[in-house]
Amino acid sequence: MDRSELETLYRRMLVIRRSEERLQKLFADGEVPGFLHLSIGQEAVPTGVSHHLTDRDTVSSNHRGHGHTLAKGVDLTGFFAEIMGRATGLCKGRGGSMHVADLSKGMLGANGIVGAGIPITTGSALALKMQGGGHVAAVYFGDGALAEGVVHECFNIAALWSLPVLFVCENNGWSEFSPTERQLATRLDRLAAAFSITYRGVDGNRVEEVAETAGALIAGMRETPAPAILECATTRVRGHFEGDRQDYRDAAEIDDLDARDPLRLAADGLIAAGTAEAWFAGTLAEVDAEIEAAVAAARSAPDADPAGMLSDVYTVEA
Amino acid sequence: MAEVRFGKALNQALSDAMAADERVFVIGEDVGAAGGSFKVTRDLMATYPGRVLDAPIAEASIVGIAVGAALTGMRPVAEIMFMDFITLSMDMLVNQAAKARSMFGGQGSVPMVLRTPHGGGLNAGPQHSQCLEAWLAHVPGLKVVCPATPADAYALLRAAIEDPDPVIVVENKALYAMKGDLAETPEPVEIGRGRIVREGRDATIVAYGATVGLATAAAATLADDGIAAEVVDLRSIQPWDEALVLESLSRTHNLVVAHEAVESFGVGAEIAARMADVGFDELDGPIVRVGAPFAPSPFGRTLEAAYRPDAARIAAAVRRSLS
Ligand SMILES: Cc1ncc(C[n+]2csc(CCOP(=O)(O)OP(=O)(O)O)c2C)c(N)n1
Repeated sequence: MDRSELETLYRRMLVIRRSEERLQKLFADGEVPGFLHLSIGQEAVPTGVSHHLTDRDTVSSNHRGHGHTLAKGVDLTGFFAEIMGRATGLCKGRGGSMHVADLSKGMLGANGIVGAGIPITTGSALALKMQGGGHVAAVYFGDGALAEGVVHECFNIAALWSLPVLFVCENNGWSEFSPTERQLATRLDRLAAAFSITYRGVDGNRVEEVAETAGALIAGMRETPAPAILECATTRVRGHFEGDRQDYRDAAEIDDLDARDPLRLAADGLIAAGTAEAWFAGTLAEVDAEIEAAVAAARSAPDADPAGMLSDVYTVEA
Repeated sequence: MAEVRFGKALNQALSDAMAADERVFVIGEDVGAAGGSFKVTRDLMATYPGRVLDAPIAEASIVGIAVGAALTGMRPVAEIMFMDFITLSMDMLVNQAAKARSMFGGQGSVPMVLRTPHGGGLNAGPQHSQCLEAWLAHVPGLKVVCPATPADAYALLRAAIEDPDPVIVVENKALYAMKGDLAETPEPVEIGRGRIVREGRDATIVAYGATVGLATAAAATLADDGIAAEVVDLRSIQPWDEALVLESLSRTHNLVVAHEAVESFGVGAEIAARMADVGFDELDGPIVRVGAPFAPSPFGRTLEAAYRPDAARIAAAVRRSLS
């Protein structure tokens, strides 16, 4: 991977990081209603995967979906407006953080139901295969979702029917307030082997490693449709949701967060490859300006209008 | 005009829809090689290779796959072998298919169909006989239809496949063998429109699916006593033809709602409540519901026979509504 490509990846991760830091502040200030599940620390996963996806390729996501959404190229202004519950949101303020979708970008939605994106993406992969053209579908889910039945159903079906679906597990070691070992009696590589599905495990905090591995899997799936499982070991820096005090987590586990920070790891790589200090400063300023513009637009937009609640329940109104 | 069985009419509808639209495909357990548990998908796999998918026993995923495929430009028709098994796919129906359009701000829709048989008569017991359509009708975003004749089976399934939103087609098992006329070029039927099966001036019986036949038989018995009951076949449960029911009530001034599903909290409760509101001035007597008692559908012959509504119970209900 050359330096400019790495810079692209770094910039994408920075957009996700700074957007979520901004959301964190907006939430604390009461400007974001509802729950907020931040993916700070996990930015390398969707950045690396979506690097190889076009708008025709589809993704779906889970409750911790901001990174997945932004990595798919969804417009920042509509994104902030949605999470802030404004009429100009991508989903007219009806979905919020857990349901951001942009079908024009192949983003089939975040999801409030753990594991639910998996059959939806499997169906999307089936459609893409039937339509021809070498497109693929990817789904992001946490290690916690591995305990849900639909995951096992879909591993089976995707393998039986050779569907071009990339199952991306973000294993951050936590399923809400419970560690993975209290949730899962096996390991994902073993599950993959049981279903005869190609498995790759990567350091999910190293964007280059995620991108290279995902890239190879996706290229293969475009040639010959078949599922693959990509397990990314990563880190959930914040609590399960904003406001979670994380008293169930011991200090040692959070100790070396900085050393595992995907942005820091990518920056170290870029600096070694010769990227100048000024580039980092300039990129940060640019990204922050884009985010501030999106926040300002959302703030000046009207709140979602209750009068519109009955529209879009059905495509054609009765 | 040809005489066909109800099951064959559904098969014809699937075949014609697949011929008309490349995006239509069929997915379900044993729908391919075996032609479906009730043979509704017979021969389709050979006629449309690659478009009839024999799925593993995984109801949640069958429905979820239909949702994802629909969001990606296809028109899937999923079969759930018995309506009792929709319990396993409720997340995909209720949390995904039903609300995708609204919660994504109208960015797309989920043009999928779910076909499933309900009802007793086969002594299939408590897990293979239930009528759960009221659950689905309760969820904003889903549509539910339930045909009573082969012609409507054809027309409503075609309409469901054409519809941009998720539609559940509920097929009463007792009707699969029913014979009826199917026109060479069948008339389309709009989802949400009912029909008057038999005219009458004394009372309106609203029914759907297999219960329409029972209501018609009840009307024939009542006629012997000089009571003229009008029978309305709802055809669609969600949305339902409120205007047609109100119009009929305005002629007859008495109302009975009959269905095979459990009476409590059911489709009949909704119709009764609406008519008690918008039709209050038209009512000359109590609105009476006929449905199964509040117990799981039982197995034994005597038990099931006592459990399922029949023409005599509907006739008795009409008499009560007139009192
Ligand atoms: C079906 C379902 N059950 C429970 C929940 C509540 N819940 C939300 S997130 C979560 C934990 C998910 O853990 P994981 O999949 O590992 O993702 P992570 O939060 O670690 O990113 C739970 C239990 C839910 N949203 N959906």
